[in-house]
Amino acid sequence: MKKRGRVFKYGDNVDTDVIIPARYLNSSDPKELAKHCMEDIDDSFAKKVRYGDIIVAHKNFGCGSSREHAPIAIKASGISCVIAKTFARIFYRNSFNIGLPILECDEAADNIDAGDEVEVDFTKGTIKNLTKNQTYQAEPLPEFMQKIISSGGLVNYIKHIDNKV
Amino acid sequence: MGMTMTQKILAAHAGLNKVRAGQFVEVNLDMVLGNDVTTPVAITEFKKMGKKEVFDKQKVAIVPDHFTPNKDIKSAEHCKIVREFAHEKEIENYFEIGEMGIEHALLPEKGLVVAGDVVIGADSHTCTYGALGAFSTGVGSTDMAAGMATGKCWFKVPSAIKFELKGKPQKWVSGKDIILHIIGMIGVDGALYKSMEFVGEGVKNLSMDDRFSMANMAIEAGGKNGIFIVDETTIEYIKEHSTKEYAVYKPDEDAEYDKIYEIDLGTIRPTVAFPHLPDNTRTIDEVGDIKIDQVVIGSCTNGRIEDLRAVAKILKNRKVAKGIRVIIFPATQKIYLQALEEGLIETFIKAGAVVSTPTCGPCLGGHMGILAKGERAVATTNRNFVGRMGHPESEVYLSSPAVAAASALTGKITNPEDIE
Ligand code: SF4
Repeated sequence: MKKRGRVFKYGDNVDTDVIIPARYLNSSDPKELAKHCMEDIDDSFAKKVRYGDIIVAHKNFGCGSSREHAPIAIKASGISCVIAKTFARIFYRNSFNIGLPILECDEAADNIDAGDEVEVDFTKGTIKNLTKNQTYQAEPLPEFMQKIISSGGLVNYIKHIDNKV
Repeated sequence: MGMTMTQKILAAHAGLNKVRAGQFVEVNLDMVLGNDVTTPVAITEFKKMGKKEVFDKQKVAIVPDHFTPNKDIKSAEHCKIVREFAHEKEIENYFEIGEMGIEHALLPEKGLVVAGDVVIGADSHTCTYGALGAFSTGVGSTDMAAGMATGKCWFKVPSAIKFELKGKPQKWVSGKDIILHIIGMIGVDGALYKSMEFVGEGVKNLSMDDRFSMANMAIEAGGKNGIFIVDETTIEYIKEHSTKEYAVYKPDEDAEYDKIYEIDLGTIRPTVAFPHLPDNTRTIDEVGDIKIDQVVIGSCTNGRIEDLRAVAKILKNRKVAKGIRVIIFPATQKIYLQALEEGLIETFIKAGAVVSTPTCGPCLGGHMGILAKGERAVATTNRNFVGRMGHPESEVYLSSPAVAAASALTGKITNPEDIE
């Protein structure tokens, strides 16, 4: 599975309050959330983002609250993948559980700039920067995660286990 | 190689003799928690899983606390979804307005969590129950749904950082100051994916309320959980609040830690986190002249009875500074009532503060006490991110209840030592 898109670039500690401010949490409709995605850090994001685009950030992306609304907002805005040096752990779980692929890669975070065209191969964990003609290698995902992702998220994974029993 | 406290609890709940850091385990859950923000999403996912019943009606807790009493139509509808689900699934621990409180103060108070438990909650501050010697951690709504459906959750076994506490805190230094000091020291990702284990002879000098507010903020250092060794204070608390069976896990002598910090509690000063991250800390001696517009006292970090007593001590027979808005919200109905009986509420009102029913409202900029552009608040809450309490250009300074109360009297961030 490959994804290709333009990059939105952010720094360290992008927290869940800027990804989706609490004032919008009285809705859980993905489309509604996507309208306000990244609003407090980048108010043009929702207007500019196109289907398939990629977010690249530095360390501790998604820190703060456990709101699943954060990865949901990102996914619903059309983002196909988030790459960062590290993710906050709840955001990490939530992303997999809802089917938003994320990768940790220092090299990619250091070298990719806003606007670069990037192609990600999830099976191999390779990240190609088409603009700069560079390739970065991310850790392959643990088998456990791969199963959840290949089932299409935790919900289907559980359905699947139940059918087997 | 031995195991940490967290590793022992996870091993026991996974039916294994031994686990090591990095291993994936599936564990049995003693409690699954959700609130009015996260549960509606979990209910949708739960339905998709095709389950008719929750795994155990006694082991699910649902607490509508974020936008309650409902602040608008959307919130009311969210709560309605939650209420109907709780009713239909006969969830025993659903707490309606009137008996509810902020979830992380409420669960220990109701005796729903005890030492040795494994708890997941669709709220990041679920780590609070580590104060009781339980493993508890925040998850998302889908994990909550899976937990309600199966009674299980997957984890990557964390490694740990050990905090060896010694000595006794100074007069106006509380658990909040200690945890802010620690976060300032290790950073907002200093414990990413890891357990923070609090041990050492200094623990005995911390009350349960101190420990709750410290474990509460483990997530602010990126921690998977924060956990305290169990001592007489813990056992006394558990016996007073719960009839559940508890289990005490001690770290092995040869447990492996990524890092060990020795902390002399006696040297810690009242500490404040400046905008916009909890690790941007300064001691009260370094804060300078910071004028404020609002003071917020409460939340799952500092809305407990000891917190309110500390505030009352400072506000007693005094008046808050002119033009400063002071909002105090006890964390649960029980704490509210106790504060009333002890005369604390009267002290607050006479001093010129407003007192609210238990709710998360002001803490997350949800409702009541929203900040306008350019305004500043001192808050006893746990997060000071951009826009956390209102306008993206407002500012939140995190402090202990004592510092917040002292600041209410002067209109600028103030050392409680200067008030007496
Ligand atoms: S009081 Fe604040 S931090 Fe605690 S659960 Fe409520 S919103 Fe979250």
